[in-house]
Amino acid sequence: MNRTRIIDRTGGIFLVIVLAAAVLVPASNLLLSPTNPLHVPDYMIPLLGKYLSYALLAVAVDLVWGYCGVLSLGHGAFFALGGYAMGMYLMRQIGPRGVYGNPVLPDFMVFLNYKELPWFWLGFDWFPFAALMVLLVPGLLAFVFGWFAFRSRVTGVYLSIITQAMTFALMLAFFRNDMGFGGNNGLTDFKDILGFSIQAPQTRLVLFVASALALALGYLICRALVTSKYGKVLVAVRDAESRTRFLGYRVENYKLLAWTLSAMLAGVAGALYVPQVGIINPSEFAPAQSIEMVIWVAVGGRGTLVGAALGALIVNAGKTWFTGVLPDAWLFALGALFVVVTLFLPKGVLGLGAQISGRLRRRPPVPVESTP
Amino acid sequence: MSEISSDAVKSPGAISLEVDDAVFAVDHPVRDPQALTSALLYLDAITVSFDGFRALNALSLVIGDREMRAIIGPNGAGKTTMMDVITGKTRPNTGTALFAGINDLTTLDEAAIAQLGIGRKFQTPTVFDMHTVEDNILLAVKADRRAFANIRWHRTAHESARVDELLERVRLKDHRFRRAGDLSHGQKQWLEIGMLLAQEPRLLLVDEPAAGMTDQETADTAVLLKEIAKTRSVVVVEHDMQFVRDLDVKVTVLHEGSVLAEGPLDQVSADPRVIEVYLGR
Repeated sequence: MNRTRIIDRTGGIFLVIVLAAAVLVPASNLLLSPTNPLHVPDYMIPLLGKYLSYALLAVAVDLVWGYCGVLSLGHGAFFALGGYAMGMYLMRQIGPRGVYGNPVLPDFMVFLNYKELPWFWLGFDWFPFAALMVLLVPGLLAFVFGWFAFRSRVTGVYLSIITQAMTFALMLAFFRNDMGFGGNNGLTDFKDILGFSIQAPQTRLVLFVASALALALGYLICRALVTSKYGKVLVAVRDAESRTRFLGYRVENYKLLAWTLSAMLAGVAGALYVPQVGIINPSEFAPAQSIEMVIWVAVGGRGTLVGAALGALIVNAGKTWFTGVLPDAWLFALGALFVVVTLFLPKGVLGLGAQISGRLRRRPPVPVESTP
Repeated sequence: MSEISSDAVKSPGAISLEVDDAVFAVDHPVRDPQALTSALLYLDAITVSFDGFRALNALSLVIGDREMRAIIGPNGAGKTTMMDVITGKTRPNTGTALFAGINDLTTLDEAAIAQLGIGRKFQTPTVFDMHTVEDNILLAVKADRRAFANIRWHRTAHESARVDELLERVRLKDHRFRRAGDLSHGQKQWLEIGMLLAQEPRLLLVDEPAAGMTDQETADTAVLLKEIAKTRSVVVVEHDMQFVRDLDVKVTVLHEGSVLAEGPLDQVSADPRVIEVYLGR
């Protein structure tokens, strides 16, 4: 083995598809007539963009779960924090167009008798600052959380439980009106992003393309990381943590780096999600959301990055379809899907091909991912 | 070489076990003038209690540079706890633990101690199952252990050469691209020894290396450890008396957390106290 290639076959196909979607979907939407069967209607654009932001989130979850063995049941917190940072920018862009017409205070603050903007809202009217916060707020929370958790050597199910507790605590905090984030209703009624109407079809196309590019870039960053020697150490930590430690590696630093990066990617995903769905509220912090993310990764194939993105797309497309046809049955379908995948597809949908061909002809053991 | 080792050399398919100096080459730093002792490992009056139970009770042990020592003792004698103290996994309640006369092992964590040059082999072979055999060795090769440095990493000629040498040494060259999880038990034990050597430690702690091995593998392992001990200090914890006899080194008998007897195997095994607590059962 030298350094494994960053773009392998699966990854190459994945990137081509994502980038092709970034070109073909807008082309189809703009150029084809609405009667053409290949035409992508306007309402589909933000929906697809939402799926792509979920796919980026799934890649972030896979980095820590698939490669580092940290089963996070709280990644929704990082996603939501990134979303709130973006939502705060969008609220400030409303300006005097709110119901109460206050040029500085968002509607919910007027309603709650705020006299002036809370200090933590300052600067969010400036996009570069908000964009920085999209990365820094989830990153900082993850860093502090990880610093204590990994240093105290909290692992396995205990770590999962405290990640869950973290997102639950944040959900309760954000539900409070006193927090200054719109309480139960969250942030909504957005008008503009960077001066463009957020409802305009063209803006939505740009957001879709941005989501596709972010997914491709996020994938490449994670892939570069996991194919480096750093990534090999991560897998070593996942499989035999104390052995890695006795080889002289500071395991907590390796985990902390992956964990913090993963939280920042989740934040970016949240920031792309919010303008496309038009709302962010505390329900994004709900533990059930974070658990669903783990299911996406498991369905697609843990520890593959591409599988995680695939799983997010499959499950969410399924969810959209199912909630349209049989709304009450969705949670049962999701549960059944998880059970089926756990029992019959240990390597997820992505591993299905290899599983089938492996069963058809008993192959001799082939070195995985190594180029002599 | 003992009779056992010549058997090993004659075994079918075995690679010559003549020492390959390059593999074992290690720079022994000149003794630090501030060193408090000339011993490589110096344990004095180490006590470890778990909820009132004294796993180690005023244990004192001195291992010289390039000395090989065998440690025996019944279950619960404190062998593993002693290893834990030396490698930083367990902090002693009282006592002194010095490495190379200057490094206080009771204040350092596992990673720092490993980087100082103490390698540890676990009782059950612990290798990275999902990695190839080659990658297992590569991860162990002495190099920068920091996270950021390993993101930018590219394999150096030195690393390639070390991996090749070590794979040859532990007879796994033909298996280099196999997943470590697919190896046999004995091969995993050897792979772990290879990983230990890759770290270039000055002191190796080896916990029951012969456990679960065939007689031939056991004999080969004894030869390998004796070769290693020519350039490094080795502490072997072992239950297999034949294996300890093959090693032919000074033996320390632990009992209830402290040293019961010390000396050549024949001498300690004749000691009535040792016979009572351990060998006689």
